[in-house]
Amino acid sequence: MNEIASIFESMEYGPAPEAAQPATDWLEGHGRRFGHFVDGAWTKPGETFETAAPRDGEVLAEVTQGTDGDVAGAVKAARRAQKGWVALGPEGRARHLYALARGLQKHARRFAVLESLDNGKPFREASGIDLPLAVRHFYHHAGHARLMPEMVPGRTPLGVCGQVIPWNFPLLMLAWKVAPALAMGNTIVLKPAEWTPLTALAFCDLALEAGLPKGVLNVVTGDGATGAALVAAEVDKVAFTGSTEVGRRIREATAGTGKRLTLELGGKSPYIVFDDADLDSAVEGLVDAIWFNGGQVCCAGSRLLVQEGIAGAFHARLRDRMASLRVGDPLDKAMDVGAMIHPDHLAAVRAAVAAAPAHAEVHQGEAPEGCFFPPTLVTGLQPADRLMQEEVFGPVLVSSTFRTPAEAVAMANDSRYGLAASVWSENVNLALGVAPKLRTGIVWVNGTNMLDAAAPFGGVKESGFGREGGTEGLLAYTKDAAERPKLARVAPATGGGGPADPLDRTHKMLIGGRQARPDGGQSRPVFGRGGGHLGTVSLANRKDVRNAVEAAGAAKGWSATSGHLRAQILWYLAENLAAQAGRFADRIDAMAGKGGAQEVEDAVSALTAAASWADKFDGAAKGVPIRGLALALREPVGTIGILAPDDAPLLGLVAPIAAALAMGNRVVAVASQAMPLAGTDLIQVIETSDVPAGALNLLTGDHAELAPHLAGHMDLGACWGFSPGLDAVVEREAARDLKRTVVTNGRGRDWTGSMRWLLEAATEVKTVWVPYGEG
Amino acid sequence: MTDTAHHAGTRSAEGALALHEPRNEGTAPDLDWALDARANQSAIERRAATLPSRRSVKKEWQAAWLARAVSCIDLTTLSGDDTPGRVRRLCAKAARPMRQDLLDAIGLPDLTVGAVCVYHEMVPAAVEALRGTNVPVAAVSTGFPAGLSPFDLRLKEIERSVAEGAREIDVVISRRHVLTRDWQALYDETRTMREACGEAHMKAILATGELGTLRDVARASRVAMMAGADFIKTSTGKEAVNATLPVTLVMLRAIRDYGERTGFKVGYKPAGGISKAKDALSYLALVKDELGDRWLRPDLFRFGASSLLGDIERQIEHFVTGRYSAAHRHAMG
Repeated sequence: MNEIASIFESMEYGPAPEAAQPATDWLEGHGRRFGHFVDGAWTKPGETFETAAPRDGEVLAEVTQGTDGDVAGAVKAARRAQKGWVALGPEGRARHLYALARGLQKHARRFAVLESLDNGKPFREASGIDLPLAVRHFYHHAGHARLMPEMVPGRTPLGVCGQVIPWNFPLLMLAWKVAPALAMGNTIVLKPAEWTPLTALAFCDLALEAGLPKGVLNVVTGDGATGAALVAAEVDKVAFTGSTEVGRRIREATAGTGKRLTLELGGKSPYIVFDDADLDSAVEGLVDAIWFNGGQVCCAGSRLLVQEGIAGAFHARLRDRMASLRVGDPLDKAMDVGAMIHPDHLAAVRAAVAAAPAHAEVHQGEAPEGCFFPPTLVTGLQPADRLMQEEVFGPVLVSSTFRTPAEAVAMANDSRYGLAASVWSENVNLALGVAPKLRTGIVWVNGTNMLDAAAPFGGVKESGFGREGGTEGLLAYTKDAAERPKLARVAPATGGGGPADPLDRTHKMLIGGRQARPDGGQSRPVFGRGGGHLGTVSLANRKDVRNAVEAAGAAKGWSATSGHLRAQILWYLAENLAAQAGRFADRIDAMAGKGGAQEVEDAVSALTAAASWADKFDGAAKGVPIRGLALALREPVGTIGILAPDDAPLLGLVAPIAAALAMGNRVVAVASQAMPLAGTDLIQVIETSDVPAGALNLLTGDHAELAPHLAGHMDLGACWGFSPGLDAVVEREAARDLKRTVVTNGRGRDWTGSMRWLLEAATEVKTVWVPYGEG
Repeated sequence: MTDTAHHAGTRSAEGALALHEPRNEGTAPDLDWALDARANQSAIERRAATLPSRRSVKKEWQAAWLARAVSCIDLTTLSGDDTPGRVRRLCAKAARPMRQDLLDAIGLPDLTVGAVCVYHEMVPAAVEALRGTNVPVAAVSTGFPAGLSPFDLRLKEIERSVAEGAREIDVVISRRHVLTRDWQALYDETRTMREACGEAHMKAILATGELGTLRDVARASRVAMMAGADFIKTSTGKEAVNATLPVTLVMLRAIRDYGERTGFKVGYKPAGGISKAKDALSYLALVKDELGDRWLRPDLFRFGASSLLGDIERQIEHFVTGRYSAAHRHAMG
């Protein structure tokens, strides 16, 4: 039978190959051998390794393994170039970013084919999603460069940024890292992933062609060792996207170095389907959630939670849909799923599925031989199963059921990760009611994997910190232009003798709304500058930290209050502190020797400022190109541990507490170590000001002893260490659960200035996407 | 797959009407089920927007798929100035939709379109012109396109068209029943029309462009199928918005839901605005992925189109010769 007549009957899909030539021509032009790109030129290839196409194992090119020396040279070049790059000004930098956007468009085919070859993702995705999003990122940030003085007033570039990007979206992640850094006047050393270096190298050619000044963008290729060298190099900022495990190591490695850090890490993102959802659309959404890029997506909707009554029907429809998914050659334009990134990764995914428990049911579609893995659905799992908890990073959907909205939220949040979530319901009350309760950086309502340069992207919990995209993303590449004062170390005053008044006053601590004695039964005397015995304070130990964090955790109601209510309470605190201004001023004078009246005045002012901000630190609706809303909501980071500074014993305690409370966080604060009585005196004020029990807990004690327990406590959302000398321990201990940190970087703070920076630290942006429209 | 399905769409075969699938008998009206239909417009539009780039057929496959599209065309003329002569020309085109050398080159010498679709007054001319070809005549017979003539006259029109040889009747639903939420009336009306059709197969035109929302498209689809429609069809071609991929997705999903409940396979006919070969391929791919290969036959799928065939002819000639074609190289329809 004639072939066409035969296809006329079978109606099969045939091959629809995309030509590899635009990419191979470029590779050939470089002799398929690459050095690094440093100071605007290609270095001679050094010791090289091969990068291969996952679809067939074909070696595409050899690239150079970056050494410590290579990295140092690149950082030096970036350092040299930074002043000139800043000097170009907003307009000048904007033009360069615009040229990069246009350049990507001009070579779109080369980049898309190269990405598909090197990564194994379907060409359709590379050309239809990765490229347009990357182009959009440069366009959007050309605008941010142009508007920098107005977008982020009072902020300056950080300097040289070391950026380490992953293999799943090599070019797009480059765009996410490079565009904002350059826009804000930084220069860059970027290390692409070992398995996918080629589009980054092609981008270097583009930078040359577009006339980007030399040294502004440097690319060093290599494996994890090269990445570690970059993290350790003389950079001002490290930006990393990749696994939580590596992110944690980077947090540890940079602890106490003063390097800024943003981490975009893993996830096990819930995909919640309520029984009133458009089930067919929810099934189709899963195709984009877990089979997009073979599930090798940090924000992949990999954890399906279906309302129990519809689970059977929903899974049946899903299995039907899986049957029509096409897995195969990524350069075939009619494929839904391409190749897995690497045989090693394929083996890991295979092993994860093979380890499914006996009570689970594994359903798989079809995949060809080679570096491919079939779309997989694992049903009947329980939250206790490893597959429900751990990131597989492959086309593997795991599923469980829930009964009520509250249970859906509880199951969704029952994870160490907090990157993204999808909520499917046709009921706006249900969907928009659930969205704020999900502890994730992103929520998609009736959708999934919607991304845009204008919408902040990033996680909470062990999915990392920092945002990419939008004005929020610019903060991660700038710092306050104001010079910070040198951090004053204040030694506790020494003295002797008993108190002036023999009637003993015991300065207890505040835990869960009660005055508490220290667990260890220890205390120490506090002396004034004149040597007089001012009082005795408790020495908290790790159990007091534990109790305080537990009390804070129980005070959930505080985070659910309205900004208006929090404002009222903060005003009341201000009122009650002001009423005792004289007593507090005398106490500060006694401990510090001077300045009491002014500091009390400033502390009252910090409280009124925080009260004022409580209902005004607004989110935003972002200008994303969909019919719908992308809402950047400011959410409290959780419970914040605060180690108060010594240079302003009252103000330095009150200002961060007030900012944290104003944004709906609960607080465990440790008062100034040298002058703790300003803090203990505050307890009475707190108790008379309607602060709910547990929302604010106040300890006293030795900061060096308490810091690791506070920063290491895994039920804290953030730890702010304003006490000198503790940066390293705070950041290192925080690495365990990747909580947010604020440290001194060896500098003090102007506690009387704007508290916006504290409000930023006290909140995390959650982007809620709400596509809408009917009719 | 049945033998008929194998050969449907070729002159040598019985033609599209020889259904081996049991005909949809309809069901009692279950309006709770009809009203429970959901259609999230944004999600549906996203799926529809990515489909054309997800599914690409090239070379021999493209030629074969385009031939399949031809076999599913209801070649249509629905104009106030239709005449028997105009209809005879269309029927000639329906029976031999492409130059014979092109049909031979792709190995489908007997390819025909699915049906010819005309107004009631043109039925005799069309039946006469298509005698001996097995290309059925479809008539739009219920006060088309508004469907607002007296109900008894609409039924009468169906009966007359059937009596004069139309084997398929495209009926229009009363949009007002959807817009005023009188679902029972919609069911009753459609059921009565189906009875009037007798052995002729009924395509229920929902006029989706006038229903307001995709959710109502889904609801109307369900009611029409429960009332016994053999096909559900998007549009008369006269609404401001005719067939679209999002509407198609909604209707295909309704067909699937109905099939799961009743076991009946209902056909689908997008009509109006499909004029490019490339668009036809997207529709076929969507039907294939959503409902399966069984629906890629003229007994379960039709395009209501007039200019689509011309574009397909040019694409086929390009496939055969390697050169881009021109309209004047192909016979008018």
